[in-house]
Amino acid sequence: MSFYLVQFLSGLATAATLFLVSSGLTIVFGVTRIVNFAHGSFYMLGAYIGWSLAERIGSTPLGFWGGVLAAALAAGVLGAVMEVLLLRRLYRSPELFQLLATFGVVLVVQDVASWIWGPEDLLGRRAPGLRGSVEILDQVFPLYDLVLIALGPLVLAGLWLMFHRTRWGTLIRAATQDREMTAALGVEPGRLFTGVLFLGSALAGLGGALQVPREAINLGMDMGIVVEAFVVVVVGGMGSLMGAFVASLLIGQLQAFGILVFPEITLVLVFLFMAVVLVLRPYGLLGRAEEAPPTAASPGPPLSASTGIAAWAPLLLLALLALVPLFAGEYALIVLTELVILALFAASLHLLIGLGGLVSFGHAAYFGLGAYGAALLATSWAAPMPLALAGAPLLGGLGALIAGWFCVRRSGLYFAMLTLAFAQIAWSVTFQWYGVTGGDNGILGVWPDPWASGKTAFYLLTLGLCGGALFLLRRVAFAPFGYALRAGRDSPLRAEAVGIDVRRTQWFAFTLAGSAAGLAGGLYAFSKGSVFPTLMSVPTSVDALVMVLMGGVQTLAGPVVGAALFHLLRTEIMSLTDLWRLILGLVIIGLVLAFPKGVVGFARDLVQRGRAA
Amino acid sequence: MTGEPLLRVQGLQAWYGRAHILAGVDLAVGRGEVLALVGRNGAGKSTTMKAVMGLLDARAGSVTFEGRDVSALPPHRIARLGIGYVPEDRRVFTELTVEENLEVGRQPPRPGAPHWTPEKLYALFPNLAEMRGRRGGRMSGGEQQMLTLARTLMGNPSLLLLDEPSEGLAPRIVQQMAEALRALKAEGLSILLSEQNLAFAGAVADRASVIEKGVIRFDGPMQALMKEESIRRAYLAV
Ligand SMILES: Nc1ncnc2c1ncn2[C@@H]1O[C@H](COP(=O)(O)OP(=O)(O)OP(=O)(O)O)[C@@H](O)[C@H]1O
Ligand SMILES: [Mg+2]
Repeated sequence: MSFYLVQFLSGLATAATLFLVSSGLTIVFGVTRIVNFAHGSFYMLGAYIGWSLAERIGSTPLGFWGGVLAAALAAGVLGAVMEVLLLRRLYRSPELFQLLATFGVVLVVQDVASWIWGPEDLLGRRAPGLRGSVEILDQVFPLYDLVLIALGPLVLAGLWLMFHRTRWGTLIRAATQDREMTAALGVEPGRLFTGVLFLGSALAGLGGALQVPREAINLGMDMGIVVEAFVVVVVGGMGSLMGAFVASLLIGQLQAFGILVFPEITLVLVFLFMAVVLVLRPYGLLGRAEEAPPTAASPGPPLSASTGIAAWAPLLLLALLALVPLFAGEYALIVLTELVILALFAASLHLLIGLGGLVSFGHAAYFGLGAYGAALLATSWAAPMPLALAGAPLLGGLGALIAGWFCVRRSGLYFAMLTLAFAQIAWSVTFQWYGVTGGDNGILGVWPDPWASGKTAFYLLTLGLCGGALFLLRRVAFAPFGYALRAGRDSPLRAEAVGIDVRRTQWFAFTLAGSAAGLAGGLYAFSKGSVFPTLMSVPTSVDALVMVLMGGVQTLAGPVVGAALFHLLRTEIMSLTDLWRLILGLVIIGLVLAFPKGVVGFARDLVQRGRAA
Repeated sequence: MTGEPLLRVQGLQAWYGRAHILAGVDLAVGRGEVLALVGRNGAGKSTTMKAVMGLLDARAGSVTFEGRDVSALPPHRIARLGIGYVPEDRRVFTELTVEENLEVGRQPPRPGAPHWTPEKLYALFPNLAEMRGRRGGRMSGGEQQMLTLARTLMGNPSLLLLDEPSEGLAPRIVQQMAEALRALKAEGLSILLSEQNLAFAGAVADRASVIEKGVIRFDGPMQALMKEESIRRAYLAV
């Protein structure tokens, strides 16, 4: 009995931290409508700054708590700076660009933090006066965690008072409901947004600084917490403070007791919970229906099949690429092989985003499923390579078939969050299911059969398979199915009216995209010789998004060009410097700001403008 | 009309995506004047108001207020200069109470424009006074219409853009609304009023501009429009 009580209390302590962080996220989302990936970075910065302050002044209670507060304020100021320098330019951009830009900030902060505080885990000092533990029905429980538990409701009460008893809070609530009307009444949106980013980031920073006495501070804290906070915010209802509180409590308990029942899959449990809640209650527990559902990448001019010489360009390119081994060295072939694989990966995502208007934030799941499927078949089952490669698109497609059934039930940001949830489920399975997947150690020794083990042979095989798959994806775009998909993107109601089953079309597209990504993943496994859980992680999903973005959402050639640019750039940067995250982050931010239509879209606009002039 | 009008709109154009909705609207509202902008459904009345308020990205042409070009300003700046916008679809903050809705609209007093406080507005709209603590989402359509108007007045505007205030209201409420507007006019407020209800417009407006397909087709005293059956038949649904 007392054991369960202590478990319950530790669930409450988890919930308190979750609430601090996710309340900030939900407030920021409510007003700015931006899903802020960098929120986790402010949590991490709060922790690091809190650690530094605790080391210097944290030996007295006043110093310790003063340091926590100062760390929160510092995180708040950084959040406000991000609003002024970056977000302010993006409020009218499609949400994909906003998400990517904030992810760029995540990358930058990671390298900056690593540069300042070093890559090793840091252990902080305990809170003075709260080092001990208390006995609760003959079980010990840390005193500090009791303080945390009390802090959750306290912060909730403080926020509630601020939102309901001050003019600023009233304006925030008004803007959360109707930004445009609030501005039309004379309220300056810019200042409101800066203030909101300050508040939200400070809450994240507070959550981070409070972890210093509890756990090791490290560079992975940001992604861990932000994904959990997403879950809380989505389950509670995006923009709802009370919702975030209730959802934090539920998820805190789910983790505390889930670990007793299913110790291996606690992470899966959390994401499964979110998926179920979203299917049952589309806008979360306490959320309201969106007045204006967020739009996916804005539909561009209609796709037109190229004519004349341009129609032969893909074949010509393929022929040229096939000739490359005649003069290129091994290293160039390795880079090119990866590039071709990534082109297929990006094109499969483009099918969803460009044609379907479905911004998936978890496309790496199917790439990873394909990779793991091929690797497991090749190693544990000793299957020959062709069989293992055939298994990759099947497994990727199967995963997408299951996840897609849930995901296509929602659109816009909720779709993005659901895809993210499923990717996290897939990731945590590979990460935690040691016996089969090897967990963190991955699976090694995934080598091609002898006939394909030469760099040239494997390159040509990859070129053939990916070229074929790309050709099929292109055919799909111009087939009735492709038109139906686009009709569903541009006007779901009208599409339904002419007899298109939009949801089913999107479900098929999701599955098709998943199996294409799976094939790419299978090839990737053999080209690298190993697979790791990172293949399914958020950064890999973001890589794919960046490729699609770089190339431009509105053209079929876009993802291929984008993949090429991205891969060459990354290979180049990584060979030059250790700070590749910083540079990649800045490149993403720069791209989002400079080319809201992607590189190919930009070039096409230039050409059209040239013609018009 | 003598001297520079309070609001002058010249060659105003606006687009929704590729659809060209306003093809060059010209109109002027003098100080203390009520101008009725009348026209059929879809003629471009609401679009004109949104364009004046800076709520549309794709627009061209000139809008001057008190002699100052406001066509490039963002909505909040336009509002602070003294243009109050009451949208057609009301858009009260449903989660906020009546008092809080008024608070969102509050701006500092402006010389040359009537100064409003919640108490004064409760006197003007007595039924709002009885529901200060009620949330906007729990009010009837007529009450919401009163609330949006009161909320905008909290900004102490000198010009009101009033988009179809009588739409969907019971005759008794329309009557109250007309009285409230006459009271506002007596306080010296200028009003640009979009209306399809000619009787309502006739009861409050001094002049009328008739809009059709994004162009002004008639401009003259309200009386003249009421008399000219040919114009009403050509451009209005009567
Ligand atoms: N958000 C929008 N997107 C695209 N077209 C729009 C949009 N809003 C209005 N329109 C179109 O612009 C035209 C003018 O609309 P507007 O709302 O200005 O008309 P109105 O005169 O106010 O009509 P009503 O009396 O029905 O309110 C109409 O043809 C309408 O279909
Ligand atoms: Mg209208």
